[in-house]
Amino acid sequence: MQEHVVIIGNGIAGITAARHIRRISEKKITVISSENKYFFSRTALMYFYMGHMKWEHLEPYEDWFWEKNRIDLKLAYVEKIDPEAKTLFLAGNEKLPYDQLIIATGSIPRKLGWEGQDLQGVQGLVSKQDLELLEKNTKNCRHATIVGGGLIGVELAEMLHTRNIPVTMLIREDSFWRNVLPQKDSEFVARHISSHGIGLRNMTELESISGKNKVTSVTTKKGDQIETDLVGLTVGVQPNIAFLKGSGIETDVGILVDPYLKTNIESIYSIGDCAQQREPKPGRRPIEAVWYTARMMGETVAQTICGNPFKYNPGNWFNSAKFFEIEYQTYGNVSATPPENEQQLHWEHRDGKKAVTLAFEKGSGRFLGINSFGIRMKHEVFDRWLTEQRPIEHVLKHLEEANFDPEFFKRHHKEILHSFKDDLMNPSKPKPQI
Amino acid sequence: MAHIEHNMSLTGEAPKRLSLIQKVATGLGWTGIFFLFLSILNVPLPGYFLWLSLGLIAAGVVIFANDQYRGKPAGIKNDGVWFKNMTSRGVFAWGTGILLTLFYIVLYWYPQYLGYNPDGENTGIVALFDPLSNFISGNDASQWFVYGTLYTLAILAFGYKFLLKYRHNKYEKIRTFSVMFFQLGFAFLIPEILIRLNQPYYNPNVVWPLNYDLFAGYKLNEFFSAGTVGMIMLGFGLASIFLITPILTYFYGKRWYCSWVCGCGGLAETAGDPYRHLSDKSRKSWMLERWLIHTILVLVVIMTTAVVYSFLNENPGKYWLTKDAFLIGVAGFLTLLFAGIMIFKRKELAKDAKYGAVGYFVIILAIIALYYSTGYSYGHLLREWYGFFIGAAFSGVIGVGFYPIFGNRVWCRFGCPMAAVLGMQQRLFSRFRITTNGGQCISCGNCSTYCEMGIDVRSYAQKGENIVRSSCVGCGICSAVCPRGVLKLENGPREGRINGDAVLLGNDVDLLDLIQQQKKATRKL
Ligand SMILES: Cc1cc2nc3c(=O)[nH]c(=O)nc-3n(C[C@H](O)[C@H](O)[C@H](O)COP(=O)(O)OP(=O)(O)OC[C@H]3O[C@@H](n4cnc5c(N)ncnc54)[C@H](O)[C@@H]3O)c2cc1C
Ligand code: SF4
Ligand code: SF4
Repeated sequence: MQEHVVIIGNGIAGITAARHIRRISEKKITVISSENKYFFSRTALMYFYMGHMKWEHLEPYEDWFWEKNRIDLKLAYVEKIDPEAKTLFLAGNEKLPYDQLIIATGSIPRKLGWEGQDLQGVQGLVSKQDLELLEKNTKNCRHATIVGGGLIGVELAEMLHTRNIPVTMLIREDSFWRNVLPQKDSEFVARHISSHGIGLRNMTELESISGKNKVTSVTTKKGDQIETDLVGLTVGVQPNIAFLKGSGIETDVGILVDPYLKTNIESIYSIGDCAQQREPKPGRRPIEAVWYTARMMGETVAQTICGNPFKYNPGNWFNSAKFFEIEYQTYGNVSATPPENEQQLHWEHRDGKKAVTLAFEKGSGRFLGINSFGIRMKHEVFDRWLTEQRPIEHVLKHLEEANFDPEFFKRHHKEILHSFKDDLMNPSKPKPQI
Repeated sequence: MAHIEHNMSLTGEAPKRLSLIQKVATGLGWTGIFFLFLSILNVPLPGYFLWLSLGLIAAGVVIFANDQYRGKPAGIKNDGVWFKNMTSRGVFAWGTGILLTLFYIVLYWYPQYLGYNPDGENTGIVALFDPLSNFISGNDASQWFVYGTLYTLAILAFGYKFLLKYRHNKYEKIRTFSVMFFQLGFAFLIPEILIRLNQPYYNPNVVWPLNYDLFAGYKLNEFFSAGTVGMIMLGFGLASIFLITPILTYFYGKRWYCSWVCGCGGLAETAGDPYRHLSDKSRKSWMLERWLIHTILVLVVIMTTAVVYSFLNENPGKYWLTKDAFLIGVAGFLTLLFAGIMIFKRKELAKDAKYGAVGYFVIILAIIALYYSTGYSYGHLLREWYGFFIGAAFSGVIGVGFYPIFGNRVWCRFGCPMAAVLGMQQRLFSRFRITTNGGQCISCGNCSTYCEMGIDVRSYAQKGENIVRSSCVGCGICSAVCPRGVLKLENGPREGRINGDAVLLGNDVDLLDLIQQQKKATRKL
């Protein structure tokens, strides 16, 4: 009998693990999800709502794929895990035994215990069900308030914008996504978002949500009241682990895992958004709820399960997003608030749709990272430069090599180089207003 | 207050309605078409109605496009595509599809209903176009002149729309100027002007085998009787397929033709652009595509060989080439080509492609042997059948008539023998590929959805593999719609171009090495 690997969660983490296990082994694989039978791209939920795609387009594999590769899919909710008996208890009194278990249950929207957070018309945006709810909640919606200025928040703003719903975003920091972006980048993005008529309220936190059954207004900590029909809670996500209570699996904010992605219990692993590293790599956070890390954990755990134990050791950080029309890519680390030994160079194109920020170490000149807006950059090239610890001069000189914009696009590397040279020579010279 | 309430009532609604201006613009366009329809019914219309109708159609498209895209930030504009009736196979889409289909049926088989009269005065819509035709070529119009004019108008007007829609993307802009230029200049004006100069009708844009009539007996007669000019045309026709095509495809991929020059591609990319997402992405239709398009290529080769053979048969001793030498030449050329591919490119062919190639090769040689031994090839008959089923029914009626149902590249994907030739070259002997950007893909599926050729671009991108597909016309839209900057159309060294063992960047390097080894070993998932 082949070993039975059961995976809870058919998101990118769970599905990547399943695919890689199948490639190198003949184990029996079952993937369980209560959200949708087939794997779909959570990252594309917005495109479904905006009418760019139909649901079938969100599913990266055709239905025959799973049968052909002998990956059993099960639409069910796991209520309880019994590690002693190596058994899952599914809703509807069904039991499922496993030999090895991978928990990849992802995230749920974070709620901070606000008054009124469970009213009708208050919701997060993570699951397919959230999206269906949003479809209902936006019927005849005259105004929406989005709490939290992060990536999901801006996606939600763009979605609502396509339905002509006026949007106000409450942002805790002094500017959009300021806990991640340096000030100039943040302001650059904020200008673009505002140009679409999205109201950005900086340094504003939610105090409470009011309404009888349905939300009618929100109150900010400053005491302002905003009449609103919809409240989008996008202050981040948190691991979806409530069902593990009492299972003996050790958790903190997320499921605690060692470098092999193993929990405190033999044969139980956890990957993706719900996993929390006990010993994160220096410079990395214990929970990184992004697509790419979920995928990489899936790649890693598959080897371990199949007898090639591998530590989870992600390479240089990278990420991407899109703020309405402006694409954003980042490689390495550009600090939101640069520490003493980090220097940053910022360039903006005069049309306000392109910007680049480079960070490097003072003294040594070692290149630390880049934020690129409106210009596509090659992952492979920046990854190499980061690994080789290239100095900033090298990066500036070879910036063109890293360009990934389509053919015939205007190249800006010379302009960027000149602007940076200027900055380096006259660090204090005030820049002309753009 | 009323104003505000009006706005309020619109909030929360999915972007599926047309704005008032867009509705008016649509009305203008259809009015133009209505006038043309009246002319078909022989309603007496003054001459300026030609310009009025064409003008209304153009104005409708331009006003619509301005309202849709101008004054809005440049960027991807796919909001509501799957909500709007016209672009999601709604009633209007079916209606338009049926109307277009009917038009094609009349155009191909019942031109007399359009008023075409080869033996005397034209009537109807053809007569309406007579003055324009006389002005350009010095002759009365035919149904083909009417069609050519409307076709060119469509590419220009919808080309304008496309230019606005993708104004942030220089690749798309240059490419669209190119198809507009080639349609207007090469496909529309040059052939008409040649007629004015008493030369054979010749459209340098359409290369054999797309132009399946190029070597038909009547065409060859025209070329031979036109002296030097005719010889240049024939020479250019031969060079186009045997010399220019392979060279340009080697350097740039089939896109140089399919989405920069070709008239069918030009219409698909402009008037057809709103329907590109309707192409079927399933593996099943990929299978169908491979069989169908190569079958049609085989048919056109058999048919053309027969036609030329018949021509030589009917004119014995007139040309230096004898009919038997011709057949031996064709068989020899095909054998060389087949052997070359089988020897050098065997590894790059899928199993079914190999079987298919062998099977078709045997069939073609058998048929050529049959011509040789019987001395008769039914060239005219074959040409007629091919013209009916492939040239008219497939490329026109299904290919364009069904834009709003099956998408804009049905003909290019399933039928066009030129695309089959270019596709083989692109897959086996080209520097073109679409590269992917490290580990940045989020599997969102925009690329696959908007690929008009039904290529599941995401299935490559999410594995970090380059996209090297024979059907890719290099329209660049997958790259344009990708929200994460993952795809780039590129020409580059052939080494490592097809990289089925690629892994996604980002993870531990030793692990990635291992995964790559495993992928090489298993070639799956
Ligand atoms: C709107 C949105 C946009 C995003 N965009 C980006 C982006 O652009 N780039 C990026 O890097 N990241 C993005 N992310 C984050 C990214 O989608 C996640 O990091 C990633 O999907 C996590 O994958 P996962 O496999 O860990 O979990 P998930 O994809 O969340 O999958 C977990 C699955 O497990 C199921 N499940 C949970 N508990 C149970 C149970 N008890 N029984 C049965 N099934 C269960 C859930 O229903 C779910 O289907 C986005 C997230 C959202 C919500
Ligand atoms: S793969 Fe991309 S470039 Fe090629 S046809 Fe499809 S959308 Fe166009
Ligand atoms: S390549 Fe781009 S468009 Fe295609 S699935 Fe990946 S992220 Fe989406």
